Amino acid sequence: MTDIAFTPDRLEQCQKLVKKYEKPQCALLPVLYLAQDQYKYLTLPVMAYVAKLLEMPTGKVVDAVSFYSMFKREDPGKFCFQICHNVTCRMMGAEKMMAVAKEELGVGKKVTTEDGRFSFETVECLGSCDNAPVLQLNNEFLKPINEEGFRDFLKKLKQGNEASISEVLS
Amino acid sequence: MSVLAQERKILLKHIAEPDLGTLKGYERLGGYQALKKALTMAPTAVIEEVKVSGIRGRGGAGFPTGMKWSFVPQNTGKPIYLLCNADESEPGCFKDKLLLEKNPFALLEGIAIAAHAVGSKKSYIYIRGEYAKAARILEKAIAEAYQAGYLGQKVMGSAFSVDLVLHRGAGAYICGEETGLISSLEGKKGQPKLKPPFPAVSGYLGCPTVVNNVETLSTLPWILQNSGAAYAKYGTEKSTGTRLFCLSGWVNKPGVYELELGTPLVDLIEKEGGGMKDGAKLKAVIPGGSSTPPLTAAEVAEARLDFESIGKFGSFLGAGGVIVIPEHVSLVGILETIAEFYWDESCGQCTPCREGTGWLYKIMKMIADGQGKKSDIADLNKTANLMMGTTICALSDAAAMPVLGFLKKFPQEFEAALGTPH
Ligand SMILES: Cc1cc2nc3c(=O)[nH]c(=O)nc-3n(C[C@H](O)[C@H](O)[C@H](O)COP(=O)(O)O)c2cc1C
Ligand code: SF4
Ligand code: FES
Repeated sequence: MTDIAFTPDRLEQCQKLVKKYEKPQCALLPVLYLAQDQYKYLTLPVMAYVAKLLEMPTGKVVDAVSFYSMFKREDPGKFCFQICHNVTCRMMGAEKMMAVAKEELGVGKKVTTEDGRFSFETVECLGSCDNAPVLQLNNEFLKPINEEGFRDFLKKLKQGNEASISEVLS
Repeated sequence: MSVLAQERKILLKHIAEPDLGTLKGYERLGGYQALKKALTMAPTAVIEEVKVSGIRGRGGAGFPTGMKWSFVPQNTGKPIYLLCNADESEPGCFKDKLLLEKNPFALLEGIAIAAHAVGSKKSYIYIRGEYAKAARILEKAIAEAYQAGYLGQKVMGSAFSVDLVLHRGAGAYICGEETGLISSLEGKKGQPKLKPPFPAVSGYLGCPTVVNNVETLSTLPWILQNSGAAYAKYGTEKSTGTRLFCLSGWVNKPGVYELELGTPLVDLIEKEGGGMKDGAKLKAVIPGGSSTPPLTAAEVAEARLDFESIGKFGSFLGAGGVIVIPEHVSLVGILETIAEFYWDESCGQCTPCREGTGWLYKIMKMIADGQGKKSDIADLNKTANLMMGTTICALSDAAAMPVLGFLKKFPQEFEAALGTPH
């Protein structure tokens, strides 16, 4: 992991991004998204690289990364589910969805399956309370789905049926 | 049929038109006529028109928009920034997402109008990280608006220029607070800053900055097109216009509904929302998002959706998140969830907020787990009272208010819960 660097197209994107802002540091969030897109999660060397690009201390980047929940310090796996556990979703059955995920995947709160492919996290209100209980897969909303639908989908995904993803995304 | 007649709607009038989200469709439906008109007016005249409309900010605090704009000093020699707050993260609120995804050009037109009014040449939309789809839609809309000359240099052939950048947040509720948003946009942790100085004087990078909510800005084209006086004819004397209400919870048809301010709350639940799901009995309604104290069923029967009426019941319209709670759902569980949320989202700078949100959650969890003691209720009240009005930003108050409200309005339910798990 020594030679951390953006791919040429990402480096170009990064330079374009920085130009949009008044100061390089202001582009921190979008540049971290770029880095996370390339590396899946943000290790210390990746954060140090971003810090250098944006002419800021590494410590400040580390601080920011731990402040924002969408930046990951660990590999969330190929399929990371988000389930809202706020007021409306809880009222409308979020706990049951969580139970289905645990039964099918054997993962709990912010836990990854043994093979590292699946993970699951509880998140705050996703601004979709009219579709409660609300689920996301890799930060994309799922269509309203009931327990059985969710169970079927997880079963298919476990068997490697990735085509089923497009059927459930909203 | 909806409570507010289709032709009287302001924000959702064309929402069902399939091409509303395209520039062509938006233009066909009258889009960008308002900006054209605004650009022939002096900035002060635009501000005046918005003052006459009486519109108050739709992001939660309800501050009069025209007045906010008139605080921006025009002679500092520093650039002026206009920031659109699209961080929508208050639990129970999802109206801005609808506007961003379905009617992005109304927002872009509103931003151009506001930028012209306050003298800003650079604007940002700060959108919450979780709204990935809305961000893609906006990115495309911004590019189209640039190409058509509605953004960038010499907008619509006038002398006015404005640049607009879409900036994605990354999962932190506190970035919705305007000074937290500014810190975040500066590439830091999204920690709020002490006011004064207010952002209007010293905001983004120490420059004069206006922060406005998506719904507020999306309403501007209508106001400019039809006049402030026409807008003020909607709603009540002190709460003018229409608003989007996010109806969720135990109702048959949850969703976003546009209503005139002053509409009976019961109409939203019964006529728009199709009434209670499975014929359940209503227990309480959270009227404006999770930080607003609840209304009892008796209060719901009387309440109207305007700032004054909801205020009479000790609560707020907040950001329009109306959560309907039926008899069979435990308020103890709901308040525990709310307490956990604010504890999780406190940025930790202020002692009363950092410690207070922790205590509120800890005590609520004990009560919910059936280990509540009689003294817990008094401790909750005491802690919540100490958290009010003593911190850098209003998150601390937002955490304390629902605790005080639930305990005051439903004392029997909390007392009965002591010693029994929920
Ligand atoms: C804790 C906290 C969270 C907030 N979150 C939001 C938000 O997500 N969106 C928003 O528009 N305003 C939010 N606000 C209000 C903003 O600080 C600000 O008042 C608002 O964006 C101004 O726009 P308006 O005048 O058009 O309403 C929040 C305030 C606080 C105290
Ligand atoms: S009140 Fe809470 S969230 Fe606001 S600045 Fe203080 S610690 Fe941070
Ligand atoms: S409470 Fe789950 S999306 Fe709002």
